[in-house]
Amino acid sequence: MLLLILRRFSVLVLTMLAMSLMVFAVLETNPEGLARKAIGQFSTVAQRTAWLARENYYVSVSDAEEKVAFEEKGYVTFSVNEGDWLIAHAPEEGVVYPDKKISEMVDDEVNVIRALQVPMAKRYVTWLGKFVVGDFGYSYRYKVPVSKVLWPRLLETGKLIALVLLFMIPLSLLLGVLAGMREGSFQDRAFSFISIMTTSVPEFASAVLLAAVFVFWLGWLPGTSSMSSGFSWAEMVLPVTVVTLYATGYIARITRASMAEVMRSHFIRTARLKGLSRRQVIMRHALRNALITPVTAILLQIPWLLSGVIVVEYFFAYKGFGTLLWEAINNTDPFLIEACAMVSVVVVVTSQLIMDVLYIYINPRIRFQ
Amino acid sequence: MKYLLKLIFSIRESRVGMIGLAICLFWVLVAIFADVLAPFDPLAIVAPMASPGFSSEQGILWLGGDFLGRDIMSRIIHGARTVLLWAPVATACAYAIGIMLGLTAGYYGGFVDEVLSFFANMVLAFPVLVLLILIISILGASPLSIVVAVTFASSPAVFRLVRGEVLSIRSRDFIAAAKTRGENIFYILFIEILPNAKAPLIVDACLRMGYTTIFIGILGFLGLGFPPPTPDWGGMINENRAIALVAPHMTIFPCLAVSSLVLGLNLLADGISEVSKKI
Amino acid sequence: MSTNPPLLEIKNLNVSYHTRKGDVPAVIDFNLTLNAGESVGLVGESGCGKSTVSLALMRYMGNNGSISGGQVFFMGRDMATFSNEELRALRGSKIAMIYQEPFAALNPCMTIGKQLLEVPLTHEDISESEAKARTLQLLDDVRLPDPQRIIESYPHQLSGGQQQRVVIAMALLSNPKLLLLDEPTTALDVTVEAAIVNIVRDISKKYGTAMIYVSHNMGLILKTCERVAVMYSGQVIEEGKVQDIFVNSRHPYTRGLFRCIPNITADKNSRPLSPIRGQLPLATNRPKGCYFGPRCDFFEEEKCGKDLIPISVADSNGQRVRCTRWQEIDWDNYHPEVNQREKAAIGETLVQVRDVKKTYELPSESPLGLFGGGKREVKAVQDLSFEAKRKEIVAIVGESGCGKSTFAKVLMGLEGGSGGSIVMGNEDLAVLPVGDRTSETIAAVQMIFQNPNDTLNPTHSVGAQIARSIRKLGAASGEDVERKVDSLLDLVKLPRSYKNYKPSQLSGGQKQRIGIARAFAGRANLIVADEPVSALDVSVQAAVIDLLLDIQAKNDTTLLFISHDLSLVRYLADRIIVMYLGRIMEQGQTKDIFAPPYHPYTEALLSAVPIADHRIEKEEIILEGELPSAINPPPGCPFSSRCPRKIEGVCDKELPPKRVFPDGHEIYCHIEEQELKKMQPVFRMIEKVQTTA
Repeated sequence: MLLLILRRFSVLVLTMLAMSLMVFAVLETNPEGLARKAIGQFSTVAQRTAWLARENYYVSVSDAEEKVAFEEKGYVTFSVNEGDWLIAHAPEEGVVYPDKKISEMVDDEVNVIRALQVPMAKRYVTWLGKFVVGDFGYSYRYKVPVSKVLWPRLLETGKLIALVLLFMIPLSLLLGVLAGMREGSFQDRAFSFISIMTTSVPEFASAVLLAAVFVFWLGWLPGTSSMSSGFSWAEMVLPVTVVTLYATGYIARITRASMAEVMRSHFIRTARLKGLSRRQVIMRHALRNALITPVTAILLQIPWLLSGVIVVEYFFAYKGFGTLLWEAINNTDPFLIEACAMVSVVVVVTSQLIMDVLYIYINPRIRFQ
Repeated sequence: MKYLLKLIFSIRESRVGMIGLAICLFWVLVAIFADVLAPFDPLAIVAPMASPGFSSEQGILWLGGDFLGRDIMSRIIHGARTVLLWAPVATACAYAIGIMLGLTAGYYGGFVDEVLSFFANMVLAFPVLVLLILIISILGASPLSIVVAVTFASSPAVFRLVRGEVLSIRSRDFIAAAKTRGENIFYILFIEILPNAKAPLIVDACLRMGYTTIFIGILGFLGLGFPPPTPDWGGMINENRAIALVAPHMTIFPCLAVSSLVLGLNLLADGISEVSKKI
Repeated sequence: MSTNPPLLEIKNLNVSYHTRKGDVPAVIDFNLTLNAGESVGLVGESGCGKSTVSLALMRYMGNNGSISGGQVFFMGRDMATFSNEELRALRGSKIAMIYQEPFAALNPCMTIGKQLLEVPLTHEDISESEAKARTLQLLDDVRLPDPQRIIESYPHQLSGGQQQRVVIAMALLSNPKLLLLDEPTTALDVTVEAAIVNIVRDISKKYGTAMIYVSHNMGLILKTCERVAVMYSGQVIEEGKVQDIFVNSRHPYTRGLFRCIPNITADKNSRPLSPIRGQLPLATNRPKGCYFGPRCDFFEEEKCGKDLIPISVADSNGQRVRCTRWQEIDWDNYHPEVNQREKAAIGETLVQVRDVKKTYELPSESPLGLFGGGKREVKAVQDLSFEAKRKEIVAIVGESGCGKSTFAKVLMGLEGGSGGSIVMGNEDLAVLPVGDRTSETIAAVQMIFQNPNDTLNPTHSVGAQIARSIRKLGAASGEDVERKVDSLLDLVKLPRSYKNYKPSQLSGGQKQRIGIARAFAGRANLIVADEPVSALDVSVQAAVIDLLLDIQAKNDTTLLFISHDLSLVRYLADRIIVMYLGRIMEQGQTKDIFAPPYHPYTEALLSAVPIADHRIEKEEIILEGELPSAINPPPGCPFSSRCPRKIEGVCDKELPPKRVFPDGHEIYCHIEEQELKKMQPVFRMIEKVQTTA
């Protein structure tokens, strides 16, 4: 069993690596563009080059050998390998090297300065290394290191998700079990219809509709959940309800299908014909088997929950991870986007690992192989 | 094709399926005849901030006007066209890719399967919305990037479904029979295997179309969807959100439109899965 | 007769299922009286309602079934008057049931112990330790080794035979008065079945339990029951003491059924089967009058085709028969048409199989497996050598996991062999996957598959599938294809109009016929038939076998017949190969396999086969233990772990040598030739049959 977990764990680590590679490939392959995003659309080439050199995207001329060459001749030549990136531009733009102004170091006859990009693989390793130790870089939107904004926001979202799970799990399982218990009964059809209704109304729509009813017409609840004057339960009601509604329907449908299948199985017939009462059959024999699928589905649902949370946070201006991501994207704050993406990867992969362990635990067929 | 007609014909036997089909047909017809049905030009400014039922000089704004004064009903009608054009396109792309890779992985198994499944699971594990937002933020907001993003996010799910179907079908005797009479891979995949997986695939396609509708809605809602002034349901909610608490009608009607279409698709999927077991 | 009421009395029971198209009767006018300790068999083919009867006795018929008429008295009381509470108290304590699929019948998420303890704890007021003691005792009674370990296990950790023993123990825990057995051994191998049947018999004797034994197998009923009721399409058509039914059955269906069962002492030339024509009627579409009418040679419209036929008492022994004409039929002068065959002349060698091996690799359980290291091997087939001649029927027999189907896959090129050769013509098929074979080779070797529901692609019409085979196998092209399809349908005796049907519109037997037509679409020299009739009902089975043999003889084809059914193999094969866990145990001419000297495994196998013939007496050899898994076979001779004639220290160390007897009869065994020759025959014909008359 330990072996099984170990095997799953190694797969998940691999998944995480591959995902990080994907994030890196999407956001980091074009340093020029990255610099543009970080310091602005209207920055000069020189400013961007300086930024890139400072962020260690380019090899700095401080490398001893090249420095000597520079001091002797007044300019530097690099050996350029195939696949290296070259940033070339005219000197009059005033390219800045880490510590010297370009005018100080450029010979009049040389009108092109070359800066060599650090090889991609090496950059990926350092980039990943920084993530592992929790150094997420600097947020240009918030003017603080990313970790300073990220962790508190993540905590807020954690609260939201925890509350959602608190309501969603018992509600959806109960609904599903009751519906699946007697397939085709009135109770089944009624609960199934409720489930399909709630999964059909996307979060943004239910947010709008609930806000219209409870905020606009009834005036019972606040329309924003920015928690500007400290934590408030009232402000939590709508966001939690909206996410719970959508997720509940989905899980309830899965639970219903699983329960209905178990109730049709032969071992339930065996239990009935042993003389157990319907109640005993359901409590002792059906539930345990019927809940294996939905429990795993709930954890698989976490990435989806995260999506719903983004929408809801955005709608109710809840200061959590979702709004942070949205702001990062709207303000093209590169390191913040990367951090958000990586954090969601970690969250999802961790939840998968928990799911695997749980699945192995509740399913004796795997536990005792 | 014949099978599809048979399915639609026999959907009469399922009440939920009938309701679903009716809702979907309604929206399809609205989209097709948008030019005829819409009382106003969806982009024309008629009556700013008009409430539902307001009669302007050019006619009645049944559902009111939006923050710029464009007729909401006309925008919803034209918005149906937007979503019913791009959601099927995106779903079809996801299916094309998902089926190709799913057939390959399911049939060959082994290493090919492991690699493809690994990547599919990876994409599936990634929060869908984060993924969509990332892709859109790189490609910029346009119909094409929406299609690319949705295809990328949904094809792994199609892949998994197809792969599972292939795995269960390929071990059956009639596949062995096809092999022993010397059929090639393409014949086995497309003539022997795929037609037997059509029922779950059609059901899933309906559900997936619903998801895609939601995705497009969310993107519009976050301001990452079709560039304005395209009439788009999600986008309409976003545009009018600022004053939604004063004039909720501007956001409520597009919400009802999205929800009813998704509900229709979900009910249709339920109905089809019910009747497909019988035919 | 005592004045006590019988244990169970069923009067005019009717059960029906509700469907969209209205009520469908599943059991019609069922009557039965059962005294304490008595055993009754319910026998019939699929859909005859025999399992429904047993569930109706429990009053458990799912959502859509209900008792639509009649009464059931249990210990003198009408079960309809039982409250739900009383019914519950009855189930599992007074009436208990044993099911067809033991694995499905056990809860996968609960330990065996918990599932067993539930029974006494629910029904009796006893302490847990008392219940546990009794449970352990019963597990010992059903001969499960190490009961303590068993009660801590989960169902998936046990083998099929062990699971069934657990289910039996579960049924007996509260010492029931009545035991319902619903095809309890159908899912098990024949040697395991023999052990289970013995346990059931011994235990019911020990505890004095009455039994209703539901089965499709006449042989099993003969072995286990005192009385038998034969069912057909929802009705009991004949009922009586088992001996009487076997000696003197009066209903044309019962007679016909016996003529469909291959006899283990005779072959196709000396006693050809005579199939019952036609198909079993669907429950939704039963004929008017006698349900067996359309298939009966004695059908008379006036007498049989009008009203429902009542059951009538035929003699003082209590034999009853549902036939209006039973007194008129002169069985002594009834000789149904049979397909008399001459023994075919065997030709030249067609296929030479030498040392074929097939090994699968499984991922290892050890930590190395994580990185692809330390693979485990499953040796599915090892050192298989034999040859098949033209026109010959060679049968491979063995229980599950013996490698017979794996060999078929290698031969067909569906899987590559791991060693050895299969030479046919100038080609070695063992190393030639189907994709690399020429179209001539492909057409020359064709296959008939086991599962009728799987053999045809459900999405394409029957005609299209046959036509495709014709084209691919190069038998015809262009417009000739259509004609060839018709002629193939004629060949397998199906109407030509069937070519427009989808497979779901055909019955199991018809689908198998299409499968046969497809295999013979080209000019096949060798047909591999992998259990082609094991999923079919007896009456249909005989017709399909008959057809297959006809076509084989007409086309001079070599048939490699893979089966677990020794009676069937005895009936049709020229030569037999007996396999166990991937290895040949014995091979030779059919008559030599069925007479001493035997391989000890063959001997046990023969003894285990239930025989539907009261005139045959058998040596009883019950194998201990379960079939070992092919992943972890015993060292030395694979059969050594269960062999009753095992030589300690030899058989479990070394592979047995080949002992050669005349006529190419080979036995792989450590026992010396002289000793083997001293073996007694397993079967003996009883000269005089004693009837109760």
